[in-house]
Amino acid sequence: MSRPVAKVRVRSYIIRIQTGNVDGFIRRPAGLSRFRHCCRQHRRVEISTDTQQPFITVPRDFKIPEPLPLDCGRELKEVNIRYETAGELAPDGSNAILIAHALSGDAHVCGRHAPGDRKPGWWDAMIGPGRPIDTNRYFVICSNVLGGCSGSTGPGSVDPDTGRPYNMSFPVITVRDMVRAQKRLIDHLGIRKLLSVVGGSMGGMQVLEWAVSYPEAMASFVPIATACQFSPQNIAFDWVAREAIKADPNWKNGDYPPESPPSKGLAAARMLAHITYLSEESMSRKFGRNLQDKDTYDFDFDFDFAVESYLQYQGRCFVERFDANSYFYITRATDYFDLAGRTGGDLVAALSPVRAAALVVAFSSDWLFPTAQSRRLVDALLRNRVQVSFCEIESGYGHDAFLLEVDKLGRMVRDFLAHQREVFHG
Amino acid sequence: MGKARDLDQNRRRDLEIIAELVRPGDRVLDLGCGDGTFLRRLKEAHGADVLGMEIDQESIIRCIGNGVPVIQSDLDNDLDFAADGSFDLVVLSQTLQETRRPDQLLRRIVRAGKQAAVSFINFGHWSCRMQLLLTGRMPRSSQIPYHWYDTPNIHLGTIDDFRALCDKLDISIVTETPVAARFPRLTRLWPNLFAVGCVFLIEKNSIPSPSAGR
Repeated sequence: MSRPVAKVRVRSYIIRIQTGNVDGFIRRPAGLSRFRHCCRQHRRVEISTDTQQPFITVPRDFKIPEPLPLDCGRELKEVNIRYETAGELAPDGSNAILIAHALSGDAHVCGRHAPGDRKPGWWDAMIGPGRPIDTNRYFVICSNVLGGCSGSTGPGSVDPDTGRPYNMSFPVITVRDMVRAQKRLIDHLGIRKLLSVVGGSMGGMQVLEWAVSYPEAMASFVPIATACQFSPQNIAFDWVAREAIKADPNWKNGDYPPESPPSKGLAAARMLAHITYLSEESMSRKFGRNLQDKDTYDFDFDFDFAVESYLQYQGRCFVERFDANSYFYITRATDYFDLAGRTGGDLVAALSPVRAAALVVAFSSDWLFPTAQSRRLVDALLRNRVQVSFCEIESGYGHDAFLLEVDKLGRMVRDFLAHQREVFHG
Repeated sequence: MGKARDLDQNRRRDLEIIAELVRPGDRVLDLGCGDGTFLRRLKEAHGADVLGMEIDQESIIRCIGNGVPVIQSDLDNDLDFAADGSFDLVVLSQTLQETRRPDQLLRRIVRAGKQAAVSFINFGHWSCRMQLLLTGRMPRSSQIPYHWYDTPNIHLGTIDDFRALCDKLDISIVTETPVAARFPRLTRLWPNLFAVGCVFLIEKNSIPSPSAGR
């Protein structure tokens, strides 16, 4: 294809044309689609619907003023919650959506912190101006979970009682504790009722916990690729991951200095976990048995295969941004997640407090949180006469599909939220 | 299921007949709800509390776009989530013939619903009979546009067949509204010969229903 001679950027209804020495703006609301059509016809104009200004988000901190009680019986003092928001809160407070992140996520859910940032937030494809969760319409909040290592209080934080980092003396937390901390933040922001709580994987567990613990505090909830209880298989993977960290001599029962963390153990844990996020199909398609930068086997134990090199890379990236002790605490929180555990195994009873409308989404190739587990959730919600929609999206991406199937998931979530907002307004 | 039905959900006569059965506030379950335009209409015009079931992913996405709660499921769903009589009306419009065991499905819908509205394609229509008699080939029509080998309609029957099945299953037919293509008077007289389809309002025999004949 020939190089584009003109670059056109669309922001709202203003079109910028830069070609040769022409650099101008046209305001043509009605003609926008025709203009695009013309551009496509000629194929010499590149159109980008990116906003002209990079979408900037700012991390903020909220210190919970009183101690936070925990499920284990202890309490945490001086808890800090790192959070980000995008969009404007409507005067009637009807457009607030809380996003809950997964195990390795953080509060940086969309946009960029600085114009030059290489990577946007972890769900930027889903959230932002003009995206399915449109920040021109909604006020989006995302906070780093309690026990995390991206700004919120976790094992790496300083214990106010001793003046030294908690490390493994940090109390064991649960998903309910994470949600309890988020509720403090939502109260602090002055939001009485969220339009929706949305999240995938461990984020989905938080979503379910919200729906059960604070049924009146939301109009709807969207648990994606998740389950009402963490399966024995998942607990097993977490165990092996933590064993890998423990086996790293640098771990030192959690008392490692920041400059020499148990990187090897954490990378191994991440590689194991990463396999569970993919599927046999996606790995075959992405890597096959391809060799990495070579034509023959090396007959040694360094990496030969592309898939090995990929996992190595994933592990290496992860240790740069994640703390090994946090990995212990967060995985333990998910291990303990079992909504029906509180009602003697009766899931219908466990979900009986739920009042909000639900959109449950699963993915066909997800074997970490298989569709059958979402169906159990849907069945129990239906038995409680909760208004619920359920779809299993056809996808070969495995568990990671919740981050990748933006098109189908996006349409569903966008339309669901639009209708929920109509209902919210009454 | 799905596509063919979506084409004219607002114009189909059998759906008109079913819509008239719905009262404000009714809890309605539609099995094989397509893109949800029919349920949306029941919700908006009749104030019904609706739930759809559909297998096709694209239809589900459009259901959500229509603001209709929908569960992805095939029609062999056991409906175990629904307590006995927990729906006022279960709708099964032109889908019974696509199910593996129509008899079992009928039992389930009259259990989950106080009543069920079943719209049925009549294979006893004179044109079907004539085609089979004169050409010796399986009949095709605008209602049944498929070949015998690619049809999703694996259990076609006639109006008389349906009546006999209801009788066998101890299901009572509350009302029966034949859908005429032509000859409305003849259709009223001999529905099994002249109706292209029929809407049956049915319920379980054992429970005498106070709302019979609505």
